[in-house]
Amino acid sequence: MKYSTLAAGVLTATSAMAETPELTVYTYDSFVSDWGPGPAVEAAFEEVCACDLKFVGAGDGAALLARIKLEGARSEADVVLGLDTNLTAAAKATGLFATHSVTADYTLPVEWNDDTFAPYDWGYFAFVHNADEAAPANFKELAASDKKIVIQDPRSSTPGLGLLMWVKAAYGEEADAVWAELADNIVTVTPGWSEAYGLFLEGEADMVLSYTTSPAYHLIAEEDATKAAATFDEGHYLQIEVAGKLKSSDNQELADQFLSFMVSEAFQTIIPTTNWMYPAVTPAGGLPAGFETLVQPSKALLIPADEADVARDKALAEWLAALSK
Amino acid sequence: MARSAFQISPRLGASAAVLIAALILSALGAVVSRATSDFVLSPADWAAVRFTIWQAFLSATFSCLLAVFVARALARRRFWGRGLLITLLGAPFILPVIVAVLGLLAIFGRSGILNDVLGLIGLQSVSIYGLQGVVLAHVFFNLPLVTRLLLQGWQSIPAERFRLVAQLGMPPRMVFGLIEWPLILRIIPGAFALVFVICLTSFAVALTLGGGPRATTIELAIYQAFRFDFDLSRAAYLSVLQLGVAGAAAVVALWLIPSVGLGGGLDRMQKRWDVRGGASRLRDTIVIGFAAAFLILPLSAVLVSGLRGLADVPPSVWASAWTSTWVALLSTIVLLALALPMAGWIATSRRTSVEAVGLLGLAASPLMIGTGWFILIHPFVNPADWALTVTIVVNAMMALPFALRILVPSLRDSAQAYGRLSAGLGLGGIRLWAWVLIPRGRTQIGFAAGLTAALSVGDLGVIALFADPDRATLPLQMYRLMGSYWTEAASGAALILLVLALGLFWIMDYWGRRNAIVD
Repeated sequence: MKYSTLAAGVLTATSAMAETPELTVYTYDSFVSDWGPGPAVEAAFEEVCACDLKFVGAGDGAALLARIKLEGARSEADVVLGLDTNLTAAAKATGLFATHSVTADYTLPVEWNDDTFAPYDWGYFAFVHNADEAAPANFKELAASDKKIVIQDPRSSTPGLGLLMWVKAAYGEEADAVWAELADNIVTVTPGWSEAYGLFLEGEADMVLSYTTSPAYHLIAEEDATKAAATFDEGHYLQIEVAGKLKSSDNQELADQFLSFMVSEAFQTIIPTTNWMYPAVTPAGGLPAGFETLVQPSKALLIPADEADVARDKALAEWLAALSK
Repeated sequence: MARSAFQISPRLGASAAVLIAALILSALGAVVSRATSDFVLSPADWAAVRFTIWQAFLSATFSCLLAVFVARALARRRFWGRGLLITLLGAPFILPVIVAVLGLLAIFGRSGILNDVLGLIGLQSVSIYGLQGVVLAHVFFNLPLVTRLLLQGWQSIPAERFRLVAQLGMPPRMVFGLIEWPLILRIIPGAFALVFVICLTSFAVALTLGGGPRATTIELAIYQAFRFDFDLSRAAYLSVLQLGVAGAAAVVALWLIPSVGLGGGLDRMQKRWDVRGGASRLRDTIVIGFAAAFLILPLSAVLVSGLRGLADVPPSVWASAWTSTWVALLSTIVLLALALPMAGWIATSRRTSVEAVGLLGLAASPLMIGTGWFILIHPFVNPADWALTVTIVVNAMMALPFALRILVPSLRDSAQAYGRLSAGLGLGGIRLWAWVLIPRGRTQIGFAAGLTAALSVGDLGVIALFADPDRATLPLQMYRLMGSYWTEAASGAALILLVLALGLFWIMDYWGRRNAIVD
């Protein structure tokens, strides 16, 4: 009796598994958390795919790439979601990613024609400050002011690396001079975004490096309009977050389906108020109320993915030299 | 040190030591096996090495120096709330780094209480950011730990000594020279090595409070090598360097520990007739007051912001709290299984350097261990299935050096005082542990177990790398909350973590101290 029940259980379990293929998506931690986009995306995709979607959180974007490099072709992952344009060249160079077939009417500030990675959201880096204080209009004004800022270390954090590229894209050869002038404005450099933002909220600095969309969180989720992002007239550096499928995946069709789903209405409407970024394709109903209050940079800066690696190493050396004095 | 009459089989202890060494070296080996290029240390790396050693040295020096004063004052005085204060001594140590840093900043930061007060009385504000901040935070973490280690030493002085001292009418200076100084000499080198090694692997504290890339430590360089460059040879090279520095410090410190016997006593309650009052009471009060304020003010900041955020805490945090609790309990069991035989072996043999093996577990970069084991496990099983197992083992391994430092001196005393008697009665093996060593070492075992459980609750460990999607530990959940703007809820989670860790610590510590000679 016992054995037959057990056997029946095993059989149903296996047949159920055979019917519903499992799609494994590696992503960063904040995506999978209960309050991130993960749960809603999972529910929405499982409605249409007749599959089991499994998100696996693996640190941040850089950790994600390191994880894929460690696992190589044996990876469990079918799709990797959460790399950004600073990492895509290195990711492509691993030879582990397959080309995609996603097409969409992207509402990105730049043209998108990457055949390996498809974007799902984007944002501008910006310094966030208390709305009642005047903000500098560019890096030079910031450097000349007595405003204190807290930033992230480019060696351990994605926004930190974004700032490095931002200054590089805006100032090129002059970047190291800008950093030298900024040095006395920097209260401290934190390992990650969370620490920096926490320090800012505790009042340790006047401004923190974050995104133009950060005030939307405070406005929409906390009904708090006291935070604002400063517009810099050099333009703002873009972060475009992308996903790609792995060549080693056994579920190529399902992975393609997921990537197409990713740029569809159902996925894109979830993004703004869970990931607090702009959706890659603006949903038919527009952006949630509150997003219209956000600052609109006049110019989008982005170092092309294939030049990002070289620019990164040079910019890091300059940054270290300027701030280690 | 005379060869002990005790018969503690070295087999189990040696196996534990070999196991630890194998776990670390296999991880290192795995990383090396995947390294593709040669690597030479750059000038920036050398700067990181110098900064790391210097800040660790300063942090260890200040922690130990100040702890001597605090412990001496605490050992001499009985007052209301003393027990609570001693329990709270365990608190800074177990806080997740970012929580402790925010707590410290609420007091010492740019807009902290200290600068507010300085501003009110018209003085210039002070900046915490820089080497001073790094050392301050490390002292905040480690001063309480060294104080506990020293206090434990004081408690190991047979009560009869103080009776004798009082009878002879010795002044405090002589008591210090004859009884307390040899005791300090016996404890401080090991404690110094421990703090030095903890600070050696510091990364988030050093960077955040250090004020920028000047405060780059070896651990950050390892992190950079793994995450930013994915340069495994550089990561392995730096890990070896870190292990080497820690190992050298450990060997020197352990070699410096003199073998001073305090002699046996009747394990009576200690009573201090020799330090009744007057100026020394005032001085002790000031020392204890300062130490308590330094400890309690940042913790209060954590408490206040935590209470504010408690209502926002999502239900998943409570599930994680449960996961963290049983992970902590299992870590504690693994720890005791490793530490007791090792401590017994070290205490009864001349092989004090074995303790250095314990320290290596702490000195090894968690990222290196995690990556190494990931490489080893991945071909065979899904690492996520092993996330909690690995966390349990790593937590136990990180707590091992603390446990050894706590257990070895007491076991050594037992060996010296009761070795001959036990041998004469033919006690050995399990009965020796059950009848002599565990009852006599109960205070220490409780303390070590409590510390391990608390550390385990608060530690992010390697779980982030192995990431089990369904079972996150509490610190991981807290970091996830912080990473998605939920700052207030994260403070609430931090408070839950603090209460849980302190609760576990208190229960085990209390078990050990109940009926013991503490007070």
